[in-house]
Amino acid sequence: MIRSADVDLPDTQRIVITGIGLTSPNGDSYGQFRESLLAGRSGVSDYEIRYFGKTLAGICHFDVGRHQSRKDARRGTRAGSVGIYCANEAVRDSGLDWANVDPSSVGVYIGVTEHGNVETENEVHELRGYDYDTQYWSHHHNPRTVANNPAGEIALNMKITGPHYTIGAACAAGNAGLIQGLQMLRLGECDFALAGGVSESIHTFGIFAGFASQGALATHVDPTKASRPFDTNRNGIVVAEGGCLYVLERLADAKVRGAKIYGEIAGYAMNTDATDFVLPNAQRQAECMEMALRRAGITAEQIDIVSTHATGTPSGDVLECEALRNVFGRSEKTFFNNGKSFIGHSMGAAGALELAGNLPAFDDGVCHATINVDDLDPACQLTGLVQNQPREIGKVRYILNNSFGMLGINSVVIIKRI
Amino acid sequence: MTPVDIRNVILEILSDISPDSDLSNLDDAVPFREQMELDSMDFLDIVMELKKRYRVSIPEEDYKELASMNSTVSYLSQKMINVGV
Repeated sequence: MIRSADVDLPDTQRIVITGIGLTSPNGDSYGQFRESLLAGRSGVSDYEIRYFGKTLAGICHFDVGRHQSRKDARRGTRAGSVGIYCANEAVRDSGLDWANVDPSSVGVYIGVTEHGNVETENEVHELRGYDYDTQYWSHHHNPRTVANNPAGEIALNMKITGPHYTIGAACAAGNAGLIQGLQMLRLGECDFALAGGVSESIHTFGIFAGFASQGALATHVDPTKASRPFDTNRNGIVVAEGGCLYVLERLADAKVRGAKIYGEIAGYAMNTDATDFVLPNAQRQAECMEMALRRAGITAEQIDIVSTHATGTPSGDVLECEALRNVFGRSEKTFFNNGKSFIGHSMGAAGALELAGNLPAFDDGVCHATINVDDLDPACQLTGLVQNQPREIGKVRYILNNSFGMLGINSVVIIKRI
Repeated sequence: MTPVDIRNVILEILSDISPDSDLSNLDDAVPFREQMELDSMDFLDIVMELKKRYRVSIPEEDYKELASMNSTVSYLSQKMINVGV
């Protein structure tokens, strides 16, 4: 029996966000990222990767050495470095007295779309120079490619001894990481959760080649115009790297330590299309949003901002808009935007990053835009779609964040102002 | 390769493995592990680099010979006598 509502929970079961650490192609902090979103600044640029050649990508520029030694960065993975940066920044932002936090009380729950492709491709490429003689295969291959790698690197770096693992959830992973953190806090498996998602995907040629073969890789003469969800001339996905991790804790604990609270995870849901490997299912997406609304104990009309998942593929965007019209068709107060239009699709980080781009609305009452809508596709028409320029919408109480992925995995998170 | 060449090769590999370590004061008679942060995976890096760069194969039972610079150079001097710089 699926639980239907999470309302009237005691403070020990209410989970809040108290710290945020992120890196995106257009900003390496919560403030920088928001500033770029409000300024309409894209993070997409020209990029080149072996075998595939010239393409476009969202590339992060965070300072790896800020929280990681060069020795550890060399030994680990890019996803590990992204995670280490975000986790340290999130803890710093949370105001926790980290030196006195029991390391066994912290859980690390990191959403990933994929992991290990980058290292495997690197090793095969290297092995080619040795005529594919496997005695030259690196002893680092296994620790770099085990599925828990990014979470494990964070735990190693921060000396965390509580549980750590990744949540493999395609492009729904950022939300899935958050949901896992919430569930583990409610179960009492940890007192603090570092939760969200990371992506190193721009370092695997396979993801570009795969999307290109599928006819789903964006191209445009101007890189900043390539990611254009909802526009008639959209032609696919811009792949990005990035990460966003949250410090989650129980509301009761946050109150005791006087923590700054960004918002409460008031509702969430995950479900499955069970219809296709890649093509989304609007009905299941709508059901996922409705389940999250039921759990939050609110109606669609109470959602102020929907952070859409749309990636800029011809059919995916239309199907999500169909689902959104089904759920929010009667709401005149709900506004819609899209983070991928700025930075591309940061895969496992996308859900977590796109949420972080919207949370400042609780303070400034502004809904950032979806950019590059020069000619709105009529099939993507949504009342309340904030196109190209941010809009002041007044007091924001609820934000709903969509994140969907291949194999029909859907995730929705609702954050409540507190 | 002469012992001096071999020492330089090992220093180069160590600086790749541990870029933040100061190797200028390395004591050749003292085990590496007592002077810098090196674990078993790092020693495997030394083995792998020698294999990749010079096709020098070091069997597992000989890994103990890589404990210090002196023991490493002494051990490799025989194996790399015909290796060009």
